[in-house]
Order: sequence, then C-alpha cells, then structure tokens
Amino acid sequence: MARSAKTQAAPAAVPLTPNRQRPQQPERYQASKEELLELYKQMLLIRRFEERAGQLYGLGLIGGFCHLYIGQEAVAVGLQSAMTVGKDSVITGYRDHGHMLAYGIDPKLIMAELTGRAAGISKGKGGSMHMFSVEHGFYGGHGIVGAQVSLGTGLAFKHQYSDDGGVCLSYFGDGAANQGQVYESFNMAELWKLPVIYAIENNHYAMGTSVERSASEPDFYKRGESFQIPGIQVDGMDVLAVRGAAAVALEWTRSGKGPIILELKTYRYRGHSMSDPAKYRTREEVQNYRENQDPIDRAGKELAALGVAEDALKAIDKEIKEIVVQAAKFAEEAPEPEAAELATEVLVERY
Amino acid sequence: MGVELKMPALSPTMEEGTLAKWLVKEGDSVKSGDILAEIETDKATMEFEAVDEGTISQILVPEGTDGVKVGTAIAVMNGEGQSAAPAPASAAPSAAAPERAVPPTPSDQQTQVTHVELPKQQQQPATGTQQLVSAAAQTRTDLEVPAGTATQEVTVREALRDAMAEEMRRDERVFVIGEEVAQYQGAYKVTQGLLDEFGPRRVVDTPITEYGFAGLGSGAAMGGLRPIVEFMTFNFAMQAIDHIINSAAKTNYMSGGQMRCPIVFRGPNGAASRVAAQHSQNFGPWYASVPGLVVIAPYDAADAKGLLKAAIRSEDPIVFLENELLYGQQFDVPQVDDWVLPIGKARVMREGRDVTIVSYSIGVGVALEAADTLAGEGITAEVIDLRTLRPLDRQAVLTSLAKTNRMVVVEEGWPTCSISSEIMAICMEEGFDDLDAPVMRVTDADVPLPYAANLEKLALIKAEDVVKAAKAVCYR
Repeated sequence: MARSAKTQAAPAAVPLTPNRQRPQQPERYQASKEELLELYKQMLLIRRFEERAGQLYGLGLIGGFCHLYIGQEAVAVGLQSAMTVGKDSVITGYRDHGHMLAYGIDPKLIMAELTGRAAGISKGKGGSMHMFSVEHGFYGGHGIVGAQVSLGTGLAFKHQYSDDGGVCLSYFGDGAANQGQVYESFNMAELWKLPVIYAIENNHYAMGTSVERSASEPDFYKRGESFQIPGIQVDGMDVLAVRGAAAVALEWTRSGKGPIILELKTYRYRGHSMSDPAKYRTREEVQNYRENQDPIDRAGKELAALGVAEDALKAIDKEIKEIVVQAAKFAEEAPEPEAAELATEVLVERY
Repeated sequence: MGVELKMPALSPTMEEGTLAKWLVKEGDSVKSGDILAEIETDKATMEFEAVDEGTISQILVPEGTDGVKVGTAIAVMNGEGQSAAPAPASAAPSAAAPERAVPPTPSDQQTQVTHVELPKQQQQPATGTQQLVSAAAQTRTDLEVPAGTATQEVTVREALRDAMAEEMRRDERVFVIGEEVAQYQGAYKVTQGLLDEFGPRRVVDTPITEYGFAGLGSGAAMGGLRPIVEFMTFNFAMQAIDHIINSAAKTNYMSGGQMRCPIVFRGPNGAASRVAAQHSQNFGPWYASVPGLVVIAPYDAADAKGLLKAAIRSEDPIVFLENELLYGQQFDVPQVDDWVLPIGKARVMREGRDVTIVSYSIGVGVALEAADTLAGEGITAEVIDLRTLRPLDRQAVLTSLAKTNRMVVVEEGWPTCSISSEIMAICMEEGFDDLDAPVMRVTDADVPLPYAANLEKLALIKAEDVVKAAKAVCYR
C-alpha cells in the first residue's frame, strides 16, 4: 500500500466540462378566457373539418390517400398560435389539413383541393398530401415520409441567410423520426445554429407499427442528444401545455441558440389513413383517449370553470359547423380543372 | 549511369503541370521517401518523393517552370538500386486531390508516361477515357458570335467558376453549398476562389450528407433563395435523388404554380478515368425522363459558362451535368459582359451534307473527331450538340435529318432507355419520311464500367466506332 501510494502522482487538476445550456422547463400557458376561447374554436374547426372530410371520403368525393388529424388538434393549435403567419414558416408531412387550418388558411380552398377541384389551393393538382400557401408561409404538405425535415431545415437556412427574424416549424411523426435524413438535418442545423423547431408528433403508431416495435429510443425528445440539440417532452393533448412549450422553443430559436426538438405525446383517433381498419390497437385504448384526454373536451371544461356558459360553447359549435358546411358545399359544387390544366405548370419558364 | 526522373502524372487525366519547387539540389544524396519537389496542377499540389537511394546529379527543369509535360525528364539521379524512378508521395492534406471520388494516383506511372510522351499523331491512348479526352483536346469548334468579338481560351473548370461568380455578384440570393466547395476550393477546384470573394455565408461547406443538403437546398429554394448545390460527383447524388425528383421537380406542378423551387444541382457526371463502376455513370437519361426538371449537359467552355448562368437565373429546378474529363480542356469563350445562352437549344457544331451525328457532353468531342476522319474519306458529317437534354431540341434534330437523311447518335452512357433511344424514337415518329437508313447509335457497352484499362477502353465510346456507324448508314 505504502509503496503504491509513493509512486502514484497526484492527479492534475482537469477543468470539468460544464453541462451545456438547456432551455428552461416550459410552463403551462396562462391563457385569458378570450385566448382560450380562440384556441378552442381553432381546435373545433379542425375536428369538424376532418369529420366532414371523412364523410366526403365515404361518399367517394375525396379519393386516394386521406390522413385525418382528429385527436391531435392541440398540437397544431398550441404551437402555431404562438407563431407569426407570414414571418415564421411551417412545413409538414402528408397529415397536413390541421396544420393548414391552424395557420389561418381558408377551409374552402383546402376542402376543394381534397375534392380535386380547380378552386382548390393547388388547383386540384396536389390533393390531400400536397397543399401549400407561400403567402401564409406554409410550405406543404409533403408526401415522402421525412422529406419535410430536410426541407424545413432549408427554410430555416433561408431565415438565417436573409436575417428575416423568422423561425421554421418542421413537423414530423414518430415514424419519420427513424428516417436517415432527419439526422443529416439535425447535424447541419446544430452546426450552423439554424432557427428550426423540430416538432415530433408522437401519436404512438407509424401507420400500423407501434413505437415499441420500431424505436430503440422511444423517448423522441432525446433523439437530438448526439447532435447537442435539446429536447422537451410535451403533453400534446393539452393545448396550453403545448402553447407554453412553443414559447420556450421560439425564444430558444429566435435568440440564435439553434434548433430545438419538441416531442408532443398525442393520439390519432382514426386510422392512419381512411383505408386503415386500425386492427393493431384495441378499442379500449382509443376509447380511453377519447374519454379522458380529448384536447377539446379538456379545453371546454376549463372554459366552463372560467365561467363560460354551456350555451356559449354550443353557439361556437354551431358557428364552426356552418363554416365547415359551407366549405363542403363549395368543394362539392366547384368545377373540376379544365383539361388544358394537365400540361400547365410543369415548368415555370418556357424554353 | 544516371536514371532520369520524369514528370509524374498526379491523376490519370493530367497531361502537364508546374514544377513549383525543388526541395533538393544537385549533388544531394537522397533516400527513399525524401521529398524531391512540389508539383502543381490547376487541381492540386502534390509532393514528389524518391523511391530509391541515390544522388541527384543533374536538375533538368528549373523550379517555377509551367507546362511541364507528364513524362518529361526533370532530373537525373545516380542510383544504387536498379530503378530510381520516383513515385508521387501521398497527398499533403491541405492541398492534395481528395480521397473521395477523384481518381487515385496511379502507382505505376510508367504506363502513363510512355503514353503521354508520344506526339499526338502517333498516340495510341492506353485507356478509354484518355481516348475521350484526346478527342476533346484535338477538336476545336467555332462559336456563333458576331465577327470581331474577342475570345479568350479558358478551361471548362474556369468557365463554370466564372459563371457562378458572375451570378453571385449579380444576385445576393445565389449561394453555393456542397462538400469541399469552400475551404478546400472544390474537390475538382471548380469553386476555386469563391470563398475568398463571397465568404462563408454564401459558399457553404457541408458534412458528407447528400440527402440532407439536397433537401436543405431544395427547402431554401422554396423559401426564395437561389441555391447552387454541388455534388462531388453525380454518383453520390443517388443518395439525394428523392429530393431532386420528389421535392424539387414536382413542387411547381403539385402546388398549382404557387410554390417554386429554383435550384441548380451541379457536378461531374459520366465516366471518369479508371475509377470503375460506382464512380462512372451517366445519369443524363435518368433525370431527362422526369417532367418538372431541366437537364443541361454542356460540352465546351463557352456553353458551360453561358448555360450555367442561364441555369442559375431560371425559375425551374435544373440538373447541370458536367464532365470531369472535360474540366481541364481549354476552349474559346467570348469576352462579353454577360454571356448567357438559351436553354433548350441545340447547336450545330459542324455543318455537313451526308450524315448527321447527334451527341452531347463529352460525346461531342468523339463525334467531331469522327467527322474529321469521315471528311478524309469524302463523307461530310453534320455534328449536333444537344446541350440541353430536357427539354430536348427536337426541331434541331429533325431539321438536320431532313438535310442529311441519315443519323448516328453518340452517347457516353448505356444504350438501354437512353438519350439515344429517345432521339431514335423522335426520328421514327416525326422524321420517318426523311430517313434513308435506320438511325444507329454508338454508346458505351451495356455493362458496369470495368476497372482494367483494356476493358475500360472496350466499354467506352470511340471515334472509330462512330466512323463505322456513319459509313454503315451511308451504305459505304
């Protein structure tokens, strides 16, 4: 013992690596009655719009793939209500109707796109998965799982390059989170401190494959750790919790600290798309979310506690229903695109 | 008896270089591994080291000499060993050719040297790609510019760089992004000098992450910027082809014209020298089959410059296919303020009456070489350079067919579902009455490109095959 103690040199003082800076834990947003009413309305618009889209699909008026957002409304509304339309950009995958409605895009133009009409936002050439509104700063609507992550990183590059103060919100799901390009994007975004919020909507199923069966790290908010991107897990069924997290994420990205990941734990009530019988989960599981966690019910109860009368909520429901009825009517009656539209807009210029 | 040390080839396509610096002097003893000299090309600086022990008895080429041909004796060494021929040392990390993609330095430089030493007339190219390069070097073309316009000889590499620099000065939204484009000055030195002039905000080095940066570039273009995305070679763009096709090409159409993606994807395409199958492929036909893309594949420096400038200004997504073997070739470029060429227009490279030879990119040099040979045999060939592969200038092809009534298509690429297939289909559908013989094509062999020099040569297009095909359609 004595001998070894004699030969052992005293360790040199090595400065310890401090833990890197992380965002603060978000707090639930303190909404006024009016603010909460507005969030409630927006969520309800998405819910009723999607229910109607499902009906039109059943009637054969909407074709192809149609992915409904029912159950996930608090995510789009909570995040996007904290952003500035036209300044901040939003990009998403194919489950895009809710993200568009939450950015103030006209429900008529969206519904007419779903029915493939000339008055649709993409003139009927894009369909459910491919809708855009450059005017609003909504950049799609992309059908290839994960593509919006690299594209969104590019939009953030544009915000930084142009020094326009904007932030890009790039949505993707727990399924897309396993795509390789997501991590290529994470690496560049953190290297260059790009202002991008990666919002992972974890609805527990990538089509029919559960997170348990597909993700070695099921806590998606940790997926940026290897790239030094901080992550926050958020209750995606609580619109005020989401709104609170959005404030922290926007503060972080706008102040030049680079990207941030929000994992929003949420749930879709319907199948992956209209053609999905959803045999991979139990009726009880879905029922439990609907009865106990529904974001619209939860907001409704809070409004009641704030003294909003039941009649007032019913009036809102009626108002929203009317908007959706008008959108559906418009979408059914609008004419299909002219045959000449087939060959237009393949290229911008003529050569 | 002294042994001559010869100017080494630093890459299979190098023909000459600058003897930048001697690190030894006459009378010095050297041993294996000692650095003897520094050699520079337009692409890289390499150290040149001794492979044997001996004494430098004579320095034949002083330092600072430009244009030293590969194989020229540059020094004499009295050696103790049998062979005193030096070999290029491994690259200095800051200035050497990149490990990725750029043809490796041949360990047996003697093969190279013997070949390049010979005068051009007697030259028998050792490899198929040297054949392609020599065709390009021997054939010159006239430009369609007003008489009296001054021209300057520049390499294709410089012409591309000048095009980017001019457009970056003109439009603040234009930036260049890719692997090694900034600090390294370009894996093939195409972006040389851009970082110095425009800084790291506009000349952006990326990690090795093609899928990611092609997507990032496409997103930036959707947001309103004008990205030039450089792929070190188009072989690596296969990792990114999803964004080129699904994100960039389809955006304008599927948004009903609301959202654009004005982006240029550029880089070398086609066979390089002795780099074998995974690094040698012509993707022209792949991209040219996609509606929503514009595909350009220039041959000479004037077209490279004028068409790249047009591509950067276009509102559409553009795939701009360059050719590594042509980068070092010199051609006349008009000295005008703003040399921009129209996209979608073919060019008559040489007029003729008897047969039309249609080609693009490096195949044009082969076609022109064949036309020279044919002229000696009394057949005048009209050579058409397509320049743009999509949209294709069908009218130029049909007009020439109507004039000569015979056609051969030359393509450095595979035959199946190719640009040649397309040209032949156009002639069948729209030019049938003008045909006096079936259209024939000369393409690469329908195999992955082999490594062995003799097999590579067999696989690639050559002028003598074009001559044969032209004679066949002329029934001669």
